This record gives sequence, structure tokens and C-alpha cells, in this order.
Amino acid sequence: MSEQQLHMTPDKPVGIIGYGSYVPRYRLAAKEVARVWTGGKGGLPIKEKSVPGLDEDVVTMSIEAARNALARACISPQDIRAVWVGSESHPYAVKPTSTLVAEAIGAVPHTQAADWEFACKAGTEAFVAAMGLVGSGMGKYALAIGMDTAQGKPGDALEYTAGAGGAAYIVGPAEDSLARVNATYSFVTDTPDFWRREYQKYPEHGMRFTGEPAYFKHISEAATTLMHSIGTTAKDYKWAVFHQPNTKFPQKVAGQLGFSLEQIQPGLLVPVIGNTYAGAAMIGLTGVLDIAEPGDRILMVSFGSGAGSDAFDIEVTDKISERRNLAKKTGEYIARRTEIDYATYVRYRGKLAMK
Amino acid sequence: MEIARHWRLKQQRYGLVGEVCPHCDHKIFPPRDVCPNCGDEAKEPFNFSGQGEVFSFTTIYEAPAGFEANAPYTVALVKLDEGPMVTAQLTDLGEQPVEIGMPVEMVTRKMRNDGDERGVILYGYKFRPVLAGLR
Repeated sequence: MSEQQLHMTPDKPVGIIGYGSYVPRYRLAAKEVARVWTGGKGGLPIKEKSVPGLDEDVVTMSIEAARNALARACISPQDIRAVWVGSESHPYAVKPTSTLVAEAIGAVPHTQAADWEFACKAGTEAFVAAMGLVGSGMGKYALAIGMDTAQGKPGDALEYTAGAGGAAYIVGPAEDSLARVNATYSFVTDTPDFWRREYQKYPEHGMRFTGEPAYFKHISEAATTLMHSIGTTAKDYKWAVFHQPNTKFPQKVAGQLGFSLEQIQPGLLVPVIGNTYAGAAMIGLTGVLDIAEPGDRILMVSFGSGAGSDAFDIEVTDKISERRNLAKKTGEYIARRTEIDYATYVRYRGKLAMK
Repeated sequence: MEIARHWRLKQQRYGLVGEVCPHCDHKIFPPRDVCPNCGDEAKEPFNFSGQGEVFSFTTIYEAPAGFEANAPYTVALVKLDEGPMVTAQLTDLGEQPVEIGMPVEMVTRKMRNDGDERGVILYGYKFRPVLAGLR
């Protein structure tokens, strides 16, 4: 490759104007899945995962996260020029999630709207595009959402962790932001570690192949390339957030990249809400923003199977203190929990054949 | 299928958008273009905060057509902070008991399918107990 700058920055500096998260109320303990499928034997990848209620889907959850982001942004929804929702559980096969979300928050009709797909990094992909739209001057604000109600095949390893939740970000001019997004870099290859074919209800995965050549390779390359390109090291960051399919992977990749467990702790939500797929890294970042101080620098790296990672260099501004209290915090959603058993989970997730 | 009927009501159903009377400042929901308080024309859109409290409630065990999959569920008369009373489902109750006077907040949720699972999904307002510390 010819000598070129590998990290990407928009012409005009951009940042996060508002952020908001959502986690459903219900929780399924991993030990409850083990009780049904393994006689309670074997290790557990998380403590519990979030389960959406009967009347929830990616549309309703995105609307709530977007409303929280709007409350923190203190802008008119009419000034949003793009509503982009990244998910692998859009309620319709054909018909956008994004138009419904845009209508519900009052952002129609002068807006872009589209649904994004790239397994677990669909949301950060939309975030990068939002940086481009705002940073090129095409629009003042863009809304990027990562949200999922992940499906795991009954009895499969992924059923322990396939959770529900995500986050919404309003990207806008850096001078109005609660956190500047200094740079981004994406690392992508064709690596089939996890997929779902058309008309199939549940995804398939490449077992251990999902680890080294997929998750670890892409996150490490994205993180190290971004940091090398902009001249930072792990010590320059107060916090880091990595895609979190289980508790072990983000802890391991953090160690490999020189980050401590303390640096990833506020953004490591997978043990208590599960893997929220397209929402995972993005909701992790909300956990950090809920406690971060002005000047804190944050590295966020997503991962999407198929495969790729988006890495972001983020710097919190002094506007964080006044804005974060304007909407519900991620910890408040996590604290609101009602534990359900496997049978209720089967009903809530539509796994019962009724006809 | 009744696509047009639901489509016409989307703003009030998704976002609790009503009207405010320009003459007496009365808040109106659902929108009706005539102020029920002073009788004058009132077409100014008004976004309700979504905050309110349970005025009365009942639990539905024998649900009407289209709602069977969610039964049992609780329906309430919710007195909005701005004045109007609306009838709506309560949601996200978990094991929380419902009480008269309980503070609730609006959320947009799936109501039902238009027809069966091949039809459009109809979304609308429901209310849930407010999250701790935010009211």
C-alpha cells in the first residue's frame, strides 16, 4: 500500500452531541440456560442477559435510546439530517426501521433514513457514516443507532449471551459536543466466522474460528493501527471499550493491547446484559460517558462478524457534566431488572410454535 | 388490512402528539381541532411530555382479537401531567404491583400485527412505571 494516512478524520471536527441507551427490563440467568440444556454443568460466559418484553423490538428500543440522546443533545429533532439504525434484528425483512424511528422522534421528513447491516458492527458503521455526513458539512446533525434483540439457537453456546439493548448517538459539530471524535479507522477482511442465511431463524457460527482469526485479529489490528497512526498508546486513554460477545474476549484483547481491567470496567456491560450485538460496543461507551470526566480520552473498538472492526479515538469535553444528567443513565436501566425463567424466556422470544 | 386508518394516526400514537388551544392554552389529546374547554378552533400541535399517573386500572385476561399473545396485560386510565386522560396499556411491570396514583411515563411499543404476522406491525403509546430517580 502506498504511503498514506490510515486513520480517517472529517474536514470539519465532529463529536457526540447527545447519547442515549436502552436495556429491556427482563433478565435470563446463564445458569438457567445451563439448567435446561447441560444439567447445570459447564462454565458460564456471563451472569445474565437482558430479554426484551413481548411488545419490544429494535424499533421500540431504538426510539427510546434516540429520545434519551435527543434529551441530552438539547437540539430540535428537525435539525437531524440522517437517522441510521444498525442491527441484525430489524423487525421487517423489507421496510426500514429507520423511518419509524425518525417519525416517532419527530425527525421527518427532511432527513436521510436507512438501516445498516454488518453483524455486530452495523451501529458503529452508521456512526462512521454520520461523522462523514456532519464532517463534510452536508448536515449539522446525524443520528447513528446500534440496537439488537439478538437470537440464539436453543441450546447453542450463543443462547447464553444473545441479549437485547443498544445505544443512540447524535453526531454534530465538535464545538457543541460532549465528546470529540478525533479519528476513526476500520479494518475489514472477508472472514466467515458467524452468519445467518436468508429465511433462517437462527445464526450459525464457526465455533473456535470466531476467536483468533475473527474477533482478536480484527480488533487488535483496528486498535493498533489507529493508535500507531495518531501516535497514541494504551496509556494515553483513561477508558477503553471493546466489542463484548462474552466476558472473557474483551478482557483478553484489552490485556493484549496493553489496557488494564480498570480501563475497561465501566464499559464492560456484557456480564449483566449479555451480548447486545450491534449495540454492544456502543452501549459500553454510554457506560463510560455516564461516569467520564472532561479531558478523559476513550478508545472504542467494535467488531462485526464477516468480519471487521471500527476503532474510534474519543475525547470528553466539559459539556459532559451538564448533559449526562438530562436523560436516563445506562446503570439505571441495568438496575431495573426482573429475573425470568427459561419458560417465560421461550414465550417472550417467540420460540414456542403456536401453529 | 387497515393501513390508511393507522397511518393517519401515527403521530399521536408514536409520540403522543396532541394539540394546544391558542385561545385558552388547554392541552388536547387526542387531537380534535376544536378545544373541548372553550369551543374555539385549536389546531396547534403539542408534544406531551409523556409523564402522568395512574387514575384507575384493570387487568385483561380475555384479550380481544389481535391482543391475545400479550394477555394477561393491564390497561389504565392515565392522567397526563398536562391534563388530558388517556386509556393505554401499562407495560414493563415485571412483578411490580400497580397502584392508583403511581407515576408512569410514555413509551412507544408494539401494539399488534395488522391481521396476522404477514401484516404491518402497529406501534403506539403505552405507559410504564417511571425509572427510579428521574422524576
